[in-house]
Amino acid sequence: MRFSFSAEQEEFRATVRRALEARAPTKEVRRLMATDAGFERDAWQKLNQELGLTALHIPEAYGGGGFGYSELAIVLEEMGRGLVCAPFFSTAALATTAILNAGTEEQKKALLPGLAEGTVTATLAVAEDGGGTDPASIALAASPSGATWRLDGTKSYVIDGHTADFLVVVARRPGSRGEDGLSFFTVDGNASGLVRRKLKTMDETRKLARLTFKSVEARLLGSEGAGAAALAKTMQQALICLANEMVGSAERLREDALEYVKMRMQFGRSIASFQTTKNKAADMLVDVELAKSAAYYAAAALDEGDEDIPALASLAKASAAEACVQTAIHAVQMHGGIGFTWDNDTHLWFKRAKSSEILFGDANEHREKMMQAWTN
Amino acid sequence: MSTTEPTEESVRSEVGAWLKANWSRDLGLVEWREKLCESGWGAPHWPKEWYGRDLPVKFNAIVDEEFAKVGAVGVAKAGIRTLAAATILAHGTDLHKEKFLKRILTGEDTWCQLFSEPGSGSDMAGAVTRADKRGNKWVINGQKVWTTSAHKAHWGLLLARADWDKVKHKGLAYFVLDMKQPGVQVHPLKQMNGHASFNQVFFTDAEIEPEMMICDVGDGWTVATTTLMHERRGADGLRSWATPSDAKGRIYDEERAEIATVMEPYKWYPQRAGRVDLVMQRAKETGKINDPVIRQEIAKLLIMSKSAEWTARRARAAQNQGKPQGPEGSLGKLVASHVARQAARVHTYITGADALLSGEDGAMNGLIAEILISVPASSIAGGTDEIQRNIISERVLKMPRETSVDTDKPFKDVPRNIVSAS
Repeated sequence: MRFSFSAEQEEFRATVRRALEARAPTKEVRRLMATDAGFERDAWQKLNQELGLTALHIPEAYGGGGFGYSELAIVLEEMGRGLVCAPFFSTAALATTAILNAGTEEQKKALLPGLAEGTVTATLAVAEDGGGTDPASIALAASPSGATWRLDGTKSYVIDGHTADFLVVVARRPGSRGEDGLSFFTVDGNASGLVRRKLKTMDETRKLARLTFKSVEARLLGSEGAGAAALAKTMQQALICLANEMVGSAERLREDALEYVKMRMQFGRSIASFQTTKNKAADMLVDVELAKSAAYYAAAALDEGDEDIPALASLAKASAAEACVQTAIHAVQMHGGIGFTWDNDTHLWFKRAKSSEILFGDANEHREKMMQAWTN
Repeated sequence: MSTTEPTEESVRSEVGAWLKANWSRDLGLVEWREKLCESGWGAPHWPKEWYGRDLPVKFNAIVDEEFAKVGAVGVAKAGIRTLAAATILAHGTDLHKEKFLKRILTGEDTWCQLFSEPGSGSDMAGAVTRADKRGNKWVINGQKVWTTSAHKAHWGLLLARADWDKVKHKGLAYFVLDMKQPGVQVHPLKQMNGHASFNQVFFTDAEIEPEMMICDVGDGWTVATTTLMHERRGADGLRSWATPSDAKGRIYDEERAEIATVMEPYKWYPQRAGRVDLVMQRAKETGKINDPVIRQEIAKLLIMSKSAEWTARRARAAQNQGKPQGPEGSLGKLVASHVARQAARVHTYITGADALLSGEDGAMNGLIAEILISVPASSIAGGTDEIQRNIISERVLKMPRETSVDTDKPFKDVPRNIVSAS
C-alpha cells in the first residue's frame, strides 16, 4: 500500500521502536560509535533474532520472514530514527538484496539462511576510490583460477567492510568496460591477500572501510559477466532503503528540535512562541512529510514490481537527501549554541544526514538520473 | 420504507431502480432536479425532511456511480451554493431551510460569500461592515471584497458587525442578504493578471428582514466557521464536481450552461497552480530539456509536485480508514504554493524571451505569461502562506499561539485599518 500502512505494519513499527528505544538509546550510540567495530556482535545478534530483522525480506524458502521492502523500510526508518549502531543496512539492505538479485538458487540457499538467522554479517562493495557506484567506475579485476576466481584492486567506502563476515563484491573481467564484464563475487572476510582498513569517518555512527585485494580468492555469485542488471537493481533498492532510513532520521531531528524550542526560554518567553521559530518548525514538517511520502511510495512500489523504480528510487533519494540535511541544519539552528556542542545529540543526526546525503550519490546526481529515466 | 440498515447493495439497487423509473434526458434541468429533491436522491446524506434520505455520507459515492451509469444529471453542486446549503443545514431555522435549500439543489438560486473586507483579509473576524437595527429591519453599510460571482448571485452569506461594545469575535452576526436590492452595488475587481474574477460589494443602507439573521447577534463567527470549514473541505471538490458531460440533449445543454457560468471566474486557476502538467512537453518543444541546469530545476519541481500528491493521498487514505488526521493533512495548501512558485520559475527558464510577451504574441497564446503573473495568488488566496504556517505550528505542532492584542477589549477600541471609500 503506497499511501498507508496496514494495522499489522503499524504494530510491527511500534514493536521495533519500543525495542530500539530500550536497547539502543543515544548513550549506547555514543558508546558504540567510539569503538572500532561500531557495534557489539552479541547484543546485536540478540536484538536481531528477537525481532527477526535481517530475516525480514528474505523469502521463507531461504530461512527468511517472507516480507517485503515495505517492512524492511519500516525497520530502516526506525533505525534512522534511533541511529542504531548495527550492521543492519550493510547486511540486509545491501548484501542480502544483492544475493537475492544476483545469486543462483543454490547460492541463495547456501548464503541467505545465515544472514536471516543473524549469525553471519555481510556487506556489499561497489564503490572504489572515486566513490561512485556507476558501472563504469568499477575497476576491481576478476580473473578465473580453477573453480574459483582471483580479485585484484581496491574497494572503498564499504559500509561495515572491516567487520563483515563475508563481502559481496562487484568486479569486472580484465579489459571489459562500462556495463560489460561485470560480475558479483563473494569473498570471505578473512581471505588471504585481503587487507581491510577502517576509515576515519565524519559520521562515526556509520563505519566505512577501504579494502585492498591482492589475488584474493572469490566465488562467483550468479553468472559471469552479467552483473550489470543486478547491480542496477540492487543500487535502486539500496537507494529506497536509504531514503527510508533518512526520513526516520529527519523526523527524529525535527521532533527533538521542536521539543527543545518549546522548553527553551529567552526574553521571558518560550522561544517556540516566536513566529520566526514557528515558521521554521512548520517548514520542517512540510519537508519531512513530503520526503516520507516519496520514501514510502517508493518502498511500496518495489513490492508491487513497479516498472518506474529507476526514477522512483532516485526521486526518493533526492527528496530524502534535501529534506534530511535541511532539517538537520534547522535543528542545529533551533538549538542555538548548545546545538553546536559535542554533548548535545543533534550533531550525531546532523552527521548521519550529511553522510547519507552523499552516500550512493547526492541530490543533484539523482535528480539527473530521475530526469534520464523520465525522458528516455 | 425499510427499517433494516442500508448496505452498499441495498443503496445501489434502490437508486438504480428509482433512476430506471424516473430518469429522462428529455426533462428540463430544474424539472428533473425537483424530482431529485422529492426523492432525496439528489442529496442522500441530507435529512429526510429536507430533500435527503438520511444515508451515511459514505454511500454518496455509490449513488454517484449509479447516476453515472445512466448518465443522469445530479443536483447543482458547483459554486458557493454548497457552502450556503451546509451552513443553513447546520444553523438555519425551518424558515431558512424551506426558503433556500430546494432552490439551491435545483440550481435556480446562486449565492456568494460576503466575508472578506478591504480591512480584514487574514483577520476575517475583524470585519467592520455594520449591521444596525432600524425599526424592524437590519440595515447594512460597508464593503466586502474578493466576492466570487457576486454579480450573478441572488443571495449572499454576510458576516457583519452588529455589536461594537463586545469583543471582536462576539459582536458579529450572520445574515442571508438579498443581493438584488438598490442598497447593494457590485463592481468587478481587476487583478494583476488582467482577469476580474472577483467583485467588490458596496452596501449603502441595504436592508435585511429580521428573520434572515442566522442564529443570534454574537453567534456570527461560529456560523462563519461552519461555512469556512466546508469551504476548505470542498476546495478540491468545487471544480471536480463541475465537469460537464459531453452528452447530447436539452438537460445536458442546460447543465453545461450552468457549469460554464459558475466556472467562468475560475478559468485562470490552473495557471495560478503553476501548470506543472505542461512542463515536460514545453521543455522538449523548446529543447531546454537538454540544459543540465534547467533539468535540475524541472526535477526539483516534479519531485515536489509528486510528493505533494502522494502526501495528499496519504491524508485521504488515513481519512478513509477512519484514522485520526495526521500532520500530512494540514500541509496541502502551503505545499501547493511551493509547487506553484517552482513551476513559475521553471516555466520562465524554459520559455525565455517568449515569456516577455502576452496574449497572442506570447508563448502558448499568452498562457505561459498568464502562469507567471497568476502564481502570486496561490500563496495569498484561501489563507496566506503565513497563516498556513501559523495553523501548522499551533494546531499540528502545538506551539504557543500568537499573542492577541485585540480580543480583550470592546471592538470599537481596537486599532484598525482606515479604508477609503472608492
